[in-house]
Amino acid sequence: MMEFLAMGGYAPYVWGSYLVMAGLLVVEMMQLRYRRRSLMNWIRRMARLRAQEEKR
Amino acid sequence: MSERGIQWFRFTAPANFYDLAGRLIPWFAALTVALFGVGLYMGLVVAPSDYQQGDSYRIIYIHVPTAWMGMFLYVLMAVYAAIGLIWRIKIAEIMAKSIAPTGALFTFLALWTGALWGRPTWGVFWVWDARLTSMLLLLFLYLGYMALHAAIDDRQRASNASAVLAMVGVVNVPIIYFSVHWWNTLHQGASITVTEAPTMAMIMFVTLMIMVLAAWMYSIAVVLARARVELLERERTAHWVRERLEGERG
Amino acid sequence: MFRPLLALLRRDLTLALRRPQDALTVVGFFVVVVALFPLGIGPDPEFLRSLAPGVLWVAALLAVMLSLERLFSDDYRDGTLEQMLLVPEPLGLLVLTKIFAHWLITGLPLVLISPLLAVQLNLRPDEILILMAALLLGTPILSLIGAIGAALTLGLRGGGVLIALLILPLYAPPLILGAGAVDAVMHGASAQAHLSLLGAMMVFALFATPWATAAAVRIMLD
Repeated sequence: MMEFLAMGGYAPYVWGSYLVMAGLLVVEMMQLRYRRRSLMNWIRRMARLRAQEEKR
Repeated sequence: MSERGIQWFRFTAPANFYDLAGRLIPWFAALTVALFGVGLYMGLVVAPSDYQQGDSYRIIYIHVPTAWMGMFLYVLMAVYAAIGLIWRIKIAEIMAKSIAPTGALFTFLALWTGALWGRPTWGVFWVWDARLTSMLLLLFLYLGYMALHAAIDDRQRASNASAVLAMVGVVNVPIIYFSVHWWNTLHQGASITVTEAPTMAMIMFVTLMIMVLAAWMYSIAVVLARARVELLERERTAHWVRERLEGERG
Repeated sequence: MFRPLLALLRRDLTLALRRPQDALTVVGFFVVVVALFPLGIGPDPEFLRSLAPGVLWVAALLAVMLSLERLFSDDYRDGTLEQMLLVPEPLGLLVLTKIFAHWLITGLPLVLISPLLAVQLNLRPDEILILMAALLLGTPILSLIGAIGAALTLGLRGGGVLIALLILPLYAPPLILGAGAVDAVMHGASAQAHLSLLGAMMVFALFATPWATAAAVRIMLD
């Protein structure tokens, strides 16, 4: 296991590449998810407001 | 559906796209996970280390896919932008805009992994190698496209203007690539170039292709997801949006 | 057909001559940037000589870029640009005429002043000749490509900085070829290949970019 992590002495370079890539892809997906969520909330709030107005 | 009249017909295209993309994304996401899983296992564990570069060569399994995606996505973005500009197809405009951030991300990752691969191979993080230099210019083109899109408030004008920029850029990409290569061969001082081993072992090649495919699937899934959000943002007041929100949560 | 274009050219040149400080600022910028380089990297003549092609070219393309914002902005502000959309002449030709005027005002002076700066950086006469030829072929390309950026940023806040981001990556090929031409002569090779490629690029830009610029102007005035 340690041998695998050491990557033949090139650990900083190999893991630096793979982890940064993984990290950035995750950030991209999270950002997208956040954007979608806040948009959904906005649309729902608007729908609720409209429903209240119609009731009145 | 056609009997319901013209008003419905106007909303069919975006709504259909929204539904279709929603149905496709889980499949592409699953393929992404599966392919990355297999590819990473093969690339990091199964494939033997290179007799010259040791384990540092394993960066190739993400360097090459990210570099390819960076270039492909730019061309794809320009094609969608052109379709949107010429035939006024809204979905194409949205796709072009949605591709840009993922393309820029992959281009950046290609540069990042290239630098980290360069350090053990050439002893420096950055050489003005022809490929790295053209990737850097490509990243600037992406950033320019996104900056222009963001700078214009009017949505239609923003798509049209950045579409022109994308098309100008895509004509320039080969010219840039050619001239940078030429510049590089003339300046013999920095004649170290990144070349993959000419006789690549079969397992390395297969692994590389799996990783390339995984990067494709990831791009498709993320771009479609972003296009969906973008579409919702543009049509947030449309009737079909409200209809669909009744159904799904989250 | 050509009379309106000539009238437009005369108008743009007259306007520029009425306010010569605009053109002079660009030349001044070019001179000052080149003069600052030795202060940054030291006075060694041989070293300066080897850097001269790149320094002169980068300074020239930055100077051209700085002048781009004014290419359409005055006409945009006073509504002249909108009138041009209504004229029977194709917008691409009108735009090309304006670019030509812009080059006469900013690009040509740079070409003319470049020998002076080249001497300061210890270039030899034959190298200076090639430098001028390369700039003569290259600065029109810079104006032509730059016009697209100028049109795309019409009426935007912070347009000047945005132009830089949009246009500078596209300036890489003329920079490589132009600086490369002088470099080739310095190392005893022929600059012919560089200059013919630069010429080809200029012809291509001459035909392709006015069309794109016109499209961009239409979009931004829409």
